[in-house]
Amino acid sequence: MTVTKRLNLSQMYPGQSGRVVGVDGGVGLVGRLSALGIRPGRKITKLSSMLMRGPVTVQVGGTRLAVGFGMASRILVELEQ
Amino acid sequence: MACHGVKTNVRKRRGGKRDLRKILLMGNPNVGKSVVFSRLTGVRVIASNYPGTTVGYTHGLMKVGEEMAEVIDVPGTYGLEPSCEAEEIALQMLATGDVVINVIDATNLERNLNLTLQLLEKDIPMVVALNMWDDVGHRGIHIDLKRLEELLGVPVIPTVAVSGQGIKELVESIPAARAPRRPPISHDERWAAIGSITEQVQQVTHRHHTWLERLEDASVRPFTGIIIAAVVLVGTFLGIRFIGESLITYVLDPIFEYLWTPVVLFLSNLLGGSGILHDILLGNIAAGEVNYIESFGLLTTGLYVPFAMVLPYIVSFYLVLGLLEDIGYLPRLAVLMDTIMHRLGLHGYAIIPTLLGLGCNVPAILATRILESKRERFIAATLISIAVPCAALQAMVFGLVGQRGIQYVAMVYGTLFVVWVVLGFVLNRVVKGFSPELLIEIPPYRIPPWRTVLQKLWLRVHGFLHEAIPIILGAVLVMNILYAVGFFDVIADFTAPVVTGLLGLPKEAVVALAIGFLRKDVAIGMLAPLALTSGQLVVGSVVLAMFFPCIATFVVLLRELGTTGMLKAAAIMIVVALSVGGLLNLIL
Repeated sequence: MTVTKRLNLSQMYPGQSGRVVGVDGGVGLVGRLSALGIRPGRKITKLSSMLMRGPVTVQVGGTRLAVGFGMASRILVELEQ
Repeated sequence: MACHGVKTNVRKRRGGKRDLRKILLMGNPNVGKSVVFSRLTGVRVIASNYPGTTVGYTHGLMKVGEEMAEVIDVPGTYGLEPSCEAEEIALQMLATGDVVINVIDATNLERNLNLTLQLLEKDIPMVVALNMWDDVGHRGIHIDLKRLEELLGVPVIPTVAVSGQGIKELVESIPAARAPRRPPISHDERWAAIGSITEQVQQVTHRHHTWLERLEDASVRPFTGIIIAAVVLVGTFLGIRFIGESLITYVLDPIFEYLWTPVVLFLSNLLGGSGILHDILLGNIAAGEVNYIESFGLLTTGLYVPFAMVLPYIVSFYLVLGLLEDIGYLPRLAVLMDTIMHRLGLHGYAIIPTLLGLGCNVPAILATRILESKRERFIAATLISIAVPCAALQAMVFGLVGQRGIQYVAMVYGTLFVVWVVLGFVLNRVVKGFSPELLIEIPPYRIPPWRTVLQKLWLRVHGFLHEAIPIILGAVLVMNILYAVGFFDVIADFTAPVVTGLLGLPKEAVVALAIGFLRKDVAIGMLAPLALTSGQLVVGSVVLAMFFPCIATFVVLLRELGTTGMLKAAAIMIVVALSVGGLLNLIL
């Protein structure tokens, strides 16, 4: 096993990718995110983040999403080495 | 399942008439359901490149074989577990349908199949329209259609709704719709099934980024994004101005001046140059010259305001807005604006209804349904109805206030903008609750075909001609009659303390405020004959923009916010309009 690093989405740098390990939230949030493609095991790439705790944009599969900062902090990602 | 019982109930309830089969168009947001709907039914509906364009539902008719069927454009949903109003509506409608056409974005198979598999568990025959089929090749995606059809167990038809490709085949496939009635499975099992399906039918080959995709990335990065937004917004403003002014100067003014003026003068002669009928039809015409702005007759100002002052700006505004919508820029603007909009108790997506409001407040307030919470919808609708001037009003501000100098136009816009920000800030503090965070899909940029842009423009212009012009003519007529019977003299004396004392306007200006309830453009026009100073004109325009919304907006506010919500919004409106108007009067 290679050494992996876990971060939440808002801590990642733009351009970094990894796999989603979990969403730290209630059933509602987990459900909404998974319908949009953010669920454990999926590859996720952070595209950008806005200044002043603005939304984070990501790519999962063929979809681009904008996720609010707070929500992004609850999405845990294992970085690719 | 429960759906079955509901279905038969609905059929019985509508018993009397011969029942039409109901075909539901369902799919994820922004996959092109509305375009497919227009293709199937010939009913033109507004379609744009952002999730949530369709918030209510539209129906139309189509022919399947020899029979007519009803087609319903259901708002987009990601799944069948309702998480917002649109999804709840979709679920309710599913229970009443006879056939589902599941529209899928072929470039995004995996995410779309989540809804598809949930639909396949229901007891309702279905076909799949694999839309945006032309985009699949560009993106290096290959899909095995036959295998997908086998795995899903229902017909799968590739379509390109914007060009009409595959629509005929889709219609022909409806009789072959099937309901495989898959056994219900859990979340995880479903995602596993989706993974297995996409693996079997889809191959993605690597390819280089196109310039459009580079632009997509650049427009959501903080630095380049702000530059692009500034360029887009300035370009939008200049484009709207340029097209609007050109239409007025080179097309509509000449038409009125050279073609209509002789007719008006002839009629004036015929009617003897004065009298009640003359004044109602033609207004005040002095010595062979027609002042279209100040005469206020039905056939002079009544026609000039809608056709030569407002229509050009309606055309230019909706042309430019339509392009922004169809290219897919608006969700990116929402991302950039998110942090600022949170200060106003909203999130970034609220910028879309706000921009629509610069055209007309009615569709804008309807579009606030894309916001999740009641609180956001109240704040957004209140802000729009108070501080976002519609295109008709703006056209008149440019036409009338613009004559006094562009700085006065800037004062009107500046004041409204400050009110929008300050009021939003206050409402965010005062209204209970919190604003949810942004979570939206950002669609790819698409280059819209000219034909679809022009069709949408025509749809909106037609809406204006159809709905606004009768009201404008009605407003001018009512005003003339009330003038003639001296009604306004009584009112003007009664309201003089507020209108003159507080706002510093001549007491007759109350007539404009009253007519503003019917149409804002006519109301601004009524300030013209009052010989106001530039400062008074600014005060009048601002108060008219903020004061009671026109009747159409009023009705929508009532419907969307309920009686209490509407009363609250109206109270805020009166207080803010009068205090800002009074303040401006002191400063100017």
